[in-house]
Amino acid sequence: MINFIAKRLLGLLPTLLIVGFLVFLFVHVLPGDPARLAAGPDANQETVELVRKDLGLDKPLPQQFIRFVRGVLHWDFGTSLRTKRPVSTEIADRFMPTFWLTLWSMIWSVVIGMAIGIVSAVWRNKWPDRVGMTLAVSGISFPAFALGMVLMQTFSVQLGWLPTVGDDTWRHYVLPSLTLGAAVAAIMARFTRSSFVEILGEDFIRTARAKGLDERRVVIKHGLRNALIPVVTMMGLQFGFLLGGSIVVEKVFNWPGLGRLLVDAVDMRDYPVIQALVLLFSLEFILINLVVDVLYGIINPVIRYR
Amino acid sequence: MNEAPTATPTPTPLLSDERVRTPWAEFWRKFKRQRVALVAGAFVVLLVIVAIAAPWITPYDAENYFDYEQLNARPSASHWFGVDALGRDIYSRLLMGARISLAAGFLSVAVGAIVGTILGLLAGYNEGWWDRIIMRIADVLFAFPGILLAIGIVAILGGGMANVIVAVAVFSIPTFARLVRGNTLALKHLTFVEAARSLGASDWTIIFRHIFPGTISAVIVYFSLRIGTSIITAASLSFLGMGAQPPTPEWGAMLDAARADMLTAPHEAIFPALAIFVTVLAFNLLGDGLRDALDPKIERR
Repeated sequence: MINFIAKRLLGLLPTLLIVGFLVFLFVHVLPGDPARLAAGPDANQETVELVRKDLGLDKPLPQQFIRFVRGVLHWDFGTSLRTKRPVSTEIADRFMPTFWLTLWSMIWSVVIGMAIGIVSAVWRNKWPDRVGMTLAVSGISFPAFALGMVLMQTFSVQLGWLPTVGDDTWRHYVLPSLTLGAAVAAIMARFTRSSFVEILGEDFIRTARAKGLDERRVVIKHGLRNALIPVVTMMGLQFGFLLGGSIVVEKVFNWPGLGRLLVDAVDMRDYPVIQALVLLFSLEFILINLVVDVLYGIINPVIRYR
Repeated sequence: MNEAPTATPTPTPLLSDERVRTPWAEFWRKFKRQRVALVAGAFVVLLVIVAIAAPWITPYDAENYFDYEQLNARPSASHWFGVDALGRDIYSRLLMGARISLAAGFLSVAVGAIVGTILGLLAGYNEGWWDRIIMRIADVLFAFPGILLAIGIVAILGGGMANVIVAVAVFSIPTFARLVRGNTLALKHLTFVEAARSLGASDWTIIFRHIFPGTISAVIVYFSLRIGTSIITAASLSFLGMGAQPPTPEWGAMLDAARADMLTAPHEAIFPALAIFVTVLAFNLLGDGLRDALDPKIERR
């Protein structure tokens, strides 16, 4: 198992390098001169040259890339053009709110999504299935930002049950995590249903029924574990979706997280922040997929790690 | 763009001239049993007609008509969906917005599907180096969550709807490439491909005349489901202020503008939200129906 993880981590290196290289190139394909951007609009030519030297932008590209990689390894992403603070501090300040938001969304959407999916599969083509699948297809069709606005209007403004903006108490998390998780819950429900329907038609389920097990045990003990395998893969993919979705949801709820930092950074052309965030998001996504691969093996004993 | 018809949901010409009991007839027999998908498909057709005819059927000019007497007015007989904060007719803006959203969704997915399908066919058929390079690129593209990739592209190219379409197209490519590659790998070892090769057919002929038709049903299903996602992504980018700029009547941008007046004029947000929801729902239901009609696995059960 440890061998497998180490191997997979090594296998990540090329992908990470390519991603890193693209992120590095990002500055050079941006329209405009990065040194001038960093020096500010009022700087004279001399200052711009000084900044260029300071940022190492006067050196040849390969040397710049090595410098960039070394910086990343030392957790040094440069200084934000907007706030003049180190990018790493900016990110550290904003990391936890986004992390908790994503995690809560994932937890509730997986639990609810799988519950709906299982119920739909067991009562296939009956009314629980129809209700569940109608909910699910609506969930994937309703854009998160619209859902967020509707929820905030109803529960915070009209009814006054929950706070509107900020991240101080658990009550602040309810609406944003519901908004962010809705689409994922819907996708999980659809996916769990089709996975379960397939499993329930297998021979070993018929055998389990034939030997007189009651239906609940058949579903939970024999069906669930097997149906979970594709569902776990799906979960990993959805994490990426959540990371992306958080960008939109954070704008709606004015959430002090990474997503809003990214949107502001794109608005202000704050390229060191954009670079670091894109790198961070990709790294998270890649690592989550690794975790999914490992989980996959724990659930499915057929897969042996080599 | 002249290859677009190969990926639209009407595979008639490609498939029908091959057998007597045509796949098209077979598809239609199964598809017409899907009531919901039929309604959704009809709705999509209606939307397309409305979008094309929008300039002639909007009661007011969507961008340049300002009714200062009725700022933020609720829906009425003269303004069916009400008036926005600048005095523009929301119904007219929604109709014009349908053009933008449908064009964005359709164009971006069409580009993604064409490029992705070609790459997938090449990767699956040639394996070896081609495969490794193409799939590695797809992996890297997959390493970015979709909307993040789109934001990165918009950050480089600048805002605006055209760049949003490019951005959404780029992140549709790997999905199609993977899907088609998987199908190609499965198909190319089948006897009919072997037979074609033994008759001396060139690689080109084998790929496009024999393998491609086998992948098309999967591509069509994905195409429809993907349009829904793309419309939402394009609207999200506009909502974030990176896509269509005011006064363009794009649905996401309209929702963003409506945020300021949520308390006094909720209809300014409700109607664009409903427009996105209903449109995406129609494409998703259509896609589900197409999948059920085209998937051979479902027939067996």
